Amino acid sequence: MTSAGSPLAGRLSVSSTHFEDRLATRDSTFVKALILTLSLSFFALFVVLPLILVFVEAFRKGGETYIASLTDPDAISAIKLTLLAAAIAVPLNLIFGISAAWAIARFEFRGKQFLITLIDLPFSVSPVVAGLIYVLLFGAHGWFGGWLQANDIKIIFAVPGIVLATIFVTFPFVARELIPLMQSQGREEEEAAIILGASGLQTFWRVTLPNVKWALLYGVILCNARAMGEFGAVSVVSGHIRGETNTMPLHVEILYNEYQFAAAFAVASLLAFLALVTLFLKTYVEWQVERNVAVENDK
Amino acid sequence: MSIAIQSIAKSFGSFRALDDVSLDLPRGELVALLGPSGCGKTTLLRIIAGLETADAGRILLDGQDATEKHVRERQVGFVFQHYALFRHMSVFENVAFGMRVKPRKERLADTEIRRRVNELLDLVQLGWLKDRYPAQLSGGQRQRIALARALAVEPQVLLLDEPFGALDAKVRKELRRWLRRLHDELHISSVFVTHDQEEALEVADRIVLMNRGRIEQVGTPRQIYEEPATSFAYSFIGNVNAFHGKIEGNFVRVGGDLLPHARTDLTDGEPVVAYARPHDTEIIGDAPEVAGVAARVNRVLSNGGISRVELIANGPERGGAKDYFEVEVSSEELSRMALENGQRVRLRSRRLSLFRDQASG
Repeated sequence: MTSAGSPLAGRLSVSSTHFEDRLATRDSTFVKALILTLSLSFFALFVVLPLILVFVEAFRKGGETYIASLTDPDAISAIKLTLLAAAIAVPLNLIFGISAAWAIARFEFRGKQFLITLIDLPFSVSPVVAGLIYVLLFGAHGWFGGWLQANDIKIIFAVPGIVLATIFVTFPFVARELIPLMQSQGREEEEAAIILGASGLQTFWRVTLPNVKWALLYGVILCNARAMGEFGAVSVVSGHIRGETNTMPLHVEILYNEYQFAAAFAVASLLAFLALVTLFLKTYVEWQVERNVAVENDK
Repeated sequence: MSIAIQSIAKSFGSFRALDDVSLDLPRGELVALLGPSGCGKTTLLRIIAGLETADAGRILLDGQDATEKHVRERQVGFVFQHYALFRHMSVFENVAFGMRVKPRKERLADTEIRRRVNELLDLVQLGWLKDRYPAQLSGGQRQRIALARALAVEPQVLLLDEPFGALDAKVRKELRRWLRRLHDELHISSVFVTHDQEEALEVADRIVLMNRGRIEQVGTPRQIYEEPATSFAYSFIGNVNAFHGKIEGNFVRVGGDLLPHARTDLTDGEPVVAYARPHDTEIIGDAPEVAGVAARVNRVLSNGGISRVELIANGPERGGAKDYFEVEVSSEELSRMALENGQRVRLRSRRLSLFRDQASG
């Protein structure tokens, strides 16, 4: 269930240099060249080129337009809303992820497998459907719509809806990183801590958390990236009210549809920049995890 | 601290791990809980520690009911089979952990903690490793650190769950001798779980032999080895030859052969299993008028003063089943008998112990 780029998968990967050094296991030069060319050109065409394009288009009309596009009140409001949604969704999913992983890794209970499957639900459901669920629940004609209207609470086409949708689509990230790790680590260290007199809280802070900190950070980084970049679910519940319920990805779409290409790409470049930062952090965390594993294996 | 276990029962689903177990362990002894895997010994140890709760029964520590007492307040030290050292802490911090998590009022001053940790590391002779991390230690070193960590909180009882189970044979032997010495120095009441009879016989003051969630026998290693109380105790401890048969007067009929016995409380026709230790088993010549179980010499293993003779008995009267027997004889006796591979002989025992045979009964 672990995604290919997870730090746990990294543990199992074996260095390929030995393989390549030996004559007996070496592939022919032609095959090597073919595979490398194929994968590199694919990578250049579909990944590097669009990324460069974003920045080129953003600066096409010069630095001033770029700055102006980002300091436009609507843009600033979109950036603020994106940051707000992430600032609420990430900590909540951090708490949820830790408690779910704790429950699944440490206790035996009925329906455990079902809970694990349920945690993956947001990954398997289309984001648009996720957004629609909230519209059906809290929208004007939804289940709780009448009651919400009577009490003058706005969820759909307002900030709470955006936050809810963001929480929904990002909630598996932390839990999914922690569950396999905590399961493999077992609970003996925690038992040892409790026998030594540590309270539940002390055990958590001094034993449980340090043991999972890198996986936790990794999950938080991915969770944050998705929270800021989410489009589909948020689009359904947002209502696209400029300066009020537009997040950055929605703002990009609106600008693009209005043929303000430079402005659209300027905001998009911020998202692209965020992706690059995420990648860098993710690589750093993976490197840390591998180093820790190396220390553990070094006897 | 003395430990009293009163009618403890514990099930996992439909599996009865412990079935009405009662046991009294006096203060200051090194006790082994011995038994095959799945016999409930680890569960019993974890119940004493408070890591598992029993379905029924009580645990008394020093005469006081501790059944409801939290693990933290039981004053027990626990050593895990796989060490369970805190992997992100140095050896020093591992040992200091129990002292550092005490409530502020009870906590020792930092300098005092340092002194105590160094003292404990000297006790386990690993002071030079204090800045290392658990991953950088060998298995034997890790287990000694785990022991130092458990002792740091001055427990009244030390509980060890297969403490040498994950170590290789040589380190195991060293460590168990070391544990015995440590116990003689500290005299802390200790209970350790093992499935290795040699370990239990060599280290413990007292052995509690368990099987299928019940206690089979409690006694000193000598008692357990020399006077096994049950059929299971006989077959589990040491090497033993087992003869399955039926009572026929003063004999046990084993297949077509007869073995003399001295018991008077058994009725004719009762299925029994007769046990004899290899050193109590004799090899006699194959004469049809002599009582004894017929067998063929399979292999003679002589090394040192004691030689072992492996024999096989099979044939139509045994229903095609193959039984292996082992006899220990002195080297002089062996050369006097001049045994050859394949030679037909008869087996007899100087000391035969009979038990009703539940399996075929």
